[in-house]
Amino acid sequence: MSSPSHAGEHAPRTYPPRPAAVYFYATCLVDLFVPEAGMDAITLLEREGIRVIFPESQSCCGQPAYSSGFPEEARKVAASQLDLFPGDYPIIVPSGSCAGMIRWHWEKIFADDPALHARAAAVAARTYELAEFLLHVVGFQRRDEGEPVTVTLHTSCSARREMGTHLVGRELLARLGNVTLAHHGHESECCGFGGSFSMKHPDISTAMVSDKVAALKATGAREVVTADCGCLLNITKRAEKEDLDAGRSKPSLPGEHLATFLLRRTGGQPARRS
Amino acid sequence: MSAPHATSAAASSSKGDARPIAFVSAQALRERMHDAVNDPHLRKSFRGAMDFLMAKRAAQFPDEAELDSLRTLSEGIRQYSLSRLPDLLEQLEANLTRNGVQVHWAADADEANAIMLGIARRHAAKTIVKGKSMVSEEIEFNHAMHDAGVDALESDMGEYIVQLAGEKPSHIIMPAIHKTKEQIATLFAEKVPGVSYTDNVDTLIQIGRQVLREKFEQADIGLSGVNFAVAETGTLCLVENEGNGRMCTTVPRVHMAITGIEKVVEKLEHVAPLYSILTRSATGQAISTYFNMISGPRKPGEKDGPEEVHLILLDNGRSQAYADEQLRKTLQCIRCGACMNHCPVYTRIGGLAYGTTYPGPIGKIVSPHMMGLEQTHLLPTVSTLCGACGEVCPVRIPIPELLVRLRGEAQSKPHDNPVMVGQGAGYSPLASFVWRTWARIYARPGNYRIFSWLASRFRALTPSRQSGWTAARTPLTPAPRRLRDMVRDRQ
Amino acid sequence: MSASRDRILARLRASQPAQPLPTPVLDAHYTPRARNEGVRERLARFRTGIESFHAEVHVSSEAGWPALLGRLCAEKGVGTLMYGADTPAGRQLQPSAFPATVLRPWAGTVEELKADLFHRVDAGFTQTLGAIAETGTLIVWPSEAEPRTLSLVPPIHFALLDARNIHPTFFDALRAGNWASGLPTNTLLISGPSKTADIQQTLAYGAHGPKELVVIVINAEGEVQ
Repeated sequence: MSSPSHAGEHAPRTYPPRPAAVYFYATCLVDLFVPEAGMDAITLLEREGIRVIFPESQSCCGQPAYSSGFPEEARKVAASQLDLFPGDYPIIVPSGSCAGMIRWHWEKIFADDPALHARAAAVAARTYELAEFLLHVVGFQRRDEGEPVTVTLHTSCSARREMGTHLVGRELLARLGNVTLAHHGHESECCGFGGSFSMKHPDISTAMVSDKVAALKATGAREVVTADCGCLLNITKRAEKEDLDAGRSKPSLPGEHLATFLLRRTGGQPARRS
Repeated sequence: MSAPHATSAAASSSKGDARPIAFVSAQALRERMHDAVNDPHLRKSFRGAMDFLMAKRAAQFPDEAELDSLRTLSEGIRQYSLSRLPDLLEQLEANLTRNGVQVHWAADADEANAIMLGIARRHAAKTIVKGKSMVSEEIEFNHAMHDAGVDALESDMGEYIVQLAGEKPSHIIMPAIHKTKEQIATLFAEKVPGVSYTDNVDTLIQIGRQVLREKFEQADIGLSGVNFAVAETGTLCLVENEGNGRMCTTVPRVHMAITGIEKVVEKLEHVAPLYSILTRSATGQAISTYFNMISGPRKPGEKDGPEEVHLILLDNGRSQAYADEQLRKTLQCIRCGACMNHCPVYTRIGGLAYGTTYPGPIGKIVSPHMMGLEQTHLLPTVSTLCGACGEVCPVRIPIPELLVRLRGEAQSKPHDNPVMVGQGAGYSPLASFVWRTWARIYARPGNYRIFSWLASRFRALTPSRQSGWTAARTPLTPAPRRLRDMVRDRQ
Repeated sequence: MSASRDRILARLRASQPAQPLPTPVLDAHYTPRARNEGVRERLARFRTGIESFHAEVHVSSEAGWPALLGRLCAEKGVGTLMYGADTPAGRQLQPSAFPATVLRPWAGTVEELKADLFHRVDAGFTQTLGAIAETGTLIVWPSEAEPRTLSLVPPIHFALLDARNIHPTFFDALRAGNWASGLPTNTLLISGPSKTADIQQTLAYGAHGPKELVVIVINAEGEVQ
């Protein structure tokens, strides 16, 4: 297998019929920092009549170590996750970058161990990013009960280039009757998060996220929606800092996970943080 | 714009050539990047230039299926050529020799410069006029010639401007992309005798034309790079728009071409798709003005063309990359520059901040082989791994994957059997300890449950200053209840 | 043979894949994209392409092109036109067709002619081997009779093209002509006059080579204009 540079490198994915149950792989960031997004994703799936299994022993896909250049540590963590999905159900990940890690990079880190490699490949084959699963497998179609609103969508680089799902997010939003999607300038450009990059190269990361925040705000949208919590935290925490520095009390660029947004617009009750 | 770092200030005044790229420490690299990203003028000009080039490229590929097919073919040709590299180099050498071209091999920059200086001495050459060649930049050719008392004059308009300013190219295709026309107008007025200030681009180009035509007419030797070297015919192919490449390879009595050993292809027909995808990816041109195919020196009876043609085949770290199956993909590169045009980091800091001959994503994966990881270990980390480079690469080099690999090579503990010079140069016992600890927590469900429970429970103790993160953002704080708690409570 | 040569080759051989990868199949890309088009369509595509690169195109006939060249030289104020006398096209150039221009056949080596070529010749005239429709590109194979600098140094390059020699793509041209069996010392593809965008991405023509490229097409099959 070769690593994709973008989804166009692969034949279009074929999707399974709607399953009775799915595994929900929340990712470490969601578990600890944005649990409400994970909860809302679970609610969305259950509302569609799908049983959601949350493997208790899940921690992390290993991506932070892998992309930082510590493949051995990534491998140890990833190996600990291989047994979490014994049933033959799809694995749903509410993040393009974690889904991309499992789908494309797990096989690489286990390349020299045929047994682990085979198990990783089997997991990778049934791993789906939440938005693509909602659109292509669930056929998400609910009445939009919200007020007319304009939002803007940020698609993470992994979702766009590894999972090929940037059009999926647009399509899901287009199915909400009262939502207008405003496109922002340099939409396909990275928000500057990049995991440890944001810590290691704060100057450049700040320049990138500031530009992204400015482009998102320039649309006049009321909020930004994204299906990746890394980007979501990067963008909204930057916007918060700008508000703080400018003495604004009202958030100039609120944001939420796509799952939360979809649930809230279609009559569901989003989870509360506390 | 003032150059954001020391090279221009330290330029040798005698010939206007920039100081060669000296060892740049990780700390110095950080400072250069810091200065560049905080230079609003630079930010604006690179943003504009990159937007322009991205739009031009996109316009060349309206048919996605055609692009996909052409990329697959081009990748296939490059990988095939590399799989036979030593054979093809020998075939190339044999056919060039048969055609009357003299072939030289150079292990490193010093040897390449010595070979070319030897040729220059043999012809008692005073002036070498240069077509655009990034490999000549890589070996600091101008500097080596200057030290030996030979003038090496750049003739590509962008390179000429950069040389006049005592700088280095900031882009592999458009060397002077960091300069505005006003800056160039000032530069010409200061440095070109008899020229007064004008920022009319046509006039500026005509000034360059006049100055350089005289040089083409008089130069003893012309130097060029090579875009593709064809083994089966013994042909050197050069891609250009200005005609200076043709001048350098046609008018002087001696032509020296220098290329990396990876540029060889087997068949002449292999250049057709590579040439097409090169110009379309690079500058968004359907084709360049000139494609110049050189298969030998002037033959008896011919009225022009150089009497001697030399090819210098340069290794300079390439065989190191070749030795590893994954790193070998680095050598697929055809030097189009699309990766830098699409790179959000390059767009923010420009090409000079990198401190390497080749900037941008390709520079981050190729420079470690040329310069060693001691000097370049920080470079692979200057990326968000967003994948924009890999997405546009015409020969599908998995640049993000190679960046990850190089991060590993740089940060792993130095060991006895390294695949790269400088392996372990970025090793930090503390970072290794942190990641080992992280793995101990995350690879054991019990440990992770305790750790995440503590983090959530004692969230009030989360530091409010979180190194680079809080420089521009409000702090990250764990949620009061983890997702697993919310799931459990609900059931 | 140098020590470096042996070391480099040995190092590459040590890590060369045991089996080379499969030979690339170019037809798989080009054949499905082949167009079923005649001379007329190819000429139209060639013209659109090369005009977009700032070249001038004039369509003429077997008999009429020398007079057209003479007229164009007069219009452009070409004082001296240099050309290769010992070519099929060169033999057709008669002073009578050039009321305002001195016809100067290339004579001697470039070293003997350099000063004139750089400073006193206003235009060069060459034949072409053919052209490429897809991109709007001339194929020029310089020769003893038509040296390389004729199409490079003078400020204007006049090129004569027979419409029947326009190939759909570069790939088709080098396949059809079996170029791989032997190339001249120098082979050129030319797509317009010399240009640069090195100053602030602003396109400027006449960088180092010709400022103008004028193509005269002999179109035996079709209309003339």
